[in-house]
Amino acid sequence: MTQFVQALLNGVSLAAVYALVAVGFVIIFKSTQVLNFAQPALLLLGALWVTHFATAVKLSFWVSLLIAVVLSAVTGVIVERTALRPMVGKPIFSVAIMTIGLNTVLTVFALGGLGIDIRPIGDPWGIKTVSIGPFTMAQHRVAAIVTAIVLVGAVMLFFKYSRMGLAMRAAAFDQEVALTQGVSVASVFALSWALSAVLAMFAGVFIGAGVGIDRTAAVTSLKALPVVIVGGLDSIGGALVGALIIGIVESLTSTYQPSLLPALGTGFAHVVPYLVMFVLLLVRPWGLFGTEEVERV
Amino acid sequence: MRFGRPGLISDYATDIAIFRSNVARFWFAVLLVAVTVLGLGGSIPLGIMTISLDGESLFMLTTALFASIAAIGLNIVTGVAGQVSLGHAFFLGVGAFTAAVIGGAGEVRRVFDLQTGQFVEQVMLFGLEMDMLIWLPLAGLAASLAGLIVAPIAFRLRGLYLAVVTLGLVFIGEHLFREWDIISGGVGVGRPTPVMSLLGFRFDRTSEVLGITLTSSRKLFLLALVLLIVFGLAAKNLLRSKIGRALSAIRDRDIAASMMGIDLSRYKTIAFVISSFYAGITGALIYTTIGRLLPETFNLLLSVEYIAMILIGGVATISGSIMGAAFITFLPLIVRWLAGFPVFSFISTQPGGGFPTVAHIEEILFGLLIVVFLIFEPLGLYGIWIRIKNYWKSWPFSY
Repeated sequence: MTQFVQALLNGVSLAAVYALVAVGFVIIFKSTQVLNFAQPALLLLGALWVTHFATAVKLSFWVSLLIAVVLSAVTGVIVERTALRPMVGKPIFSVAIMTIGLNTVLTVFALGGLGIDIRPIGDPWGIKTVSIGPFTMAQHRVAAIVTAIVLVGAVMLFFKYSRMGLAMRAAAFDQEVALTQGVSVASVFALSWALSAVLAMFAGVFIGAGVGIDRTAAVTSLKALPVVIVGGLDSIGGALVGALIIGIVESLTSTYQPSLLPALGTGFAHVVPYLVMFVLLLVRPWGLFGTEEVERV
Repeated sequence: MRFGRPGLISDYATDIAIFRSNVARFWFAVLLVAVTVLGLGGSIPLGIMTISLDGESLFMLTTALFASIAAIGLNIVTGVAGQVSLGHAFFLGVGAFTAAVIGGAGEVRRVFDLQTGQFVEQVMLFGLEMDMLIWLPLAGLAASLAGLIVAPIAFRLRGLYLAVVTLGLVFIGEHLFREWDIISGGVGVGRPTPVMSLLGFRFDRTSEVLGITLTSSRKLFLLALVLLIVFGLAAKNLLRSKIGRALSAIRDRDIAASMMGIDLSRYKTIAFVISSFYAGITGALIYTTIGRLLPETFNLLLSVEYIAMILIGGVATISGSIMGAAFITFLPLIVRWLAGFPVFSFISTQPGGGFPTVAHIEEILFGLLIVVFLIFEPLGLYGIWIRIKNYWKSWPFSY
């Protein structure tokens, strides 16, 4: 029982990381109709900046985090402006493939800066743990959950109540109509890329917190793709539910599969998110909360 | 009208013809003869320089020709039918390992602990050592079977959902190849590749054919050439048949296509099956040529490489697929050649050197070329070729 609850708790903290990346996917998809395959690269770049300023330049972790937020936002905007803007109106496949190209380029730079070794991220939590009764949890996992709740909550409130959030929802609904109503679609695009780059950066920090960051972080962040597919590409709430499902299933698998079903091989937990996605898509091709597309000829 | 305006298409037969004019037919024949002569070991004087193929360039061209087959396959499903597939690496892997199991030798491996020298376990590698006539078609069929199994998930989905599902396929496939070590030989070790022996004719040995002594690499090159012509023409014919037209209709607007009586799930399945057959054939041959078959080869980057091939070459064109495959295959060579110039001296040629190594630049170029071609020339190298052709057609006028 203890083991089970422990696995659940780990699953929730994994879900927090996935949720941060996944909400980034959803924001970009909703406002620009682009599935951004470059998210893993943005995550690596963000984590790289935090490690760089916190361990190489030896600034305080919080200051580095602040610098990384600014730099990530700027990267997001630059990427949108240089690569994505010329593609407005092109078929969604072309744009998706172009973000794959972008991901390849940015990943090489991020990994080149990161080096081959595992780099500590310089976080204040380290390997310290908190205990509640019989359950122990690493502090950085608690921090991940809290951060995810605060950030995703803030994003949702922003969309719901702020003027700019309203503009973004309008642009997501119909770009041309939004333009005629005086919404600056260009700044909506820029803001959504900046937002999701920052969210990816936070996810990168929490993937690296405690254990350090290396190239495998990119693989971890790609698992946010099944998360958004399970939840539905255009729903922030769906992304959260998807993150919880995938995070908990993955954590339970990594706890129980090595002893119960060793035949499935080591590291099976890493492909479980994709299997969950396959099964769910066979039942609901639009994800749990995605809008079913109704099309006219 | 044979001698009328060039490029005037006045009937349907001309429109769908493989060669639209005798000039095209002539140049294709010239190219074919030239490549065959080069493959046989001859050299062609071309003005100031003489072209001949040997050593590395021959090997690279052979792999490029094999890669072209899979690129054509990907172009059928992604270019013609418009179904973005990031799962091509998986189908290549299925083909490669099927070929290795059916055509390769089995092996018994004893695993020892490196520190203590104690016996840990015994791994039996499965291998049947059959003839190429059996393993090559079976590699294609196994891959297309995998395509058939995936198709039901694929044809229920559209657009981006499909792209993510096929991406998931690569990860699941990679896990399978890594863990199933009686088939794949395990990570970092791999397994022996199939024996290239077609009804007793050995492609992996030097022998005399019709009075000409051919080394194994020349034989492989000619094999690649023949197979590419066969598969290229098959694809070309497929595209001008009912199936090809149905697939392009699905790409242009799938709902409209289904209103016109095209069975979407049937044709999407056909596209996936054919495309994975092509991938399986390439998977079987290309790693046999390279001589190393490692389970971790078949990752997302390999899929992206093939996507880059068809994008850079030309979407939905056969000649574009070949150009793209050749370009991507020769990219490492091009980068190494560039690194020789003083301007690019920041590129380190040693694998363990500083940050931008040749491999880094290669990966950056993949990505960058995808981005640049999508923005500036969506038709790829094929589009550039058409533009050059049109420029000279109307020269000295601009239209």
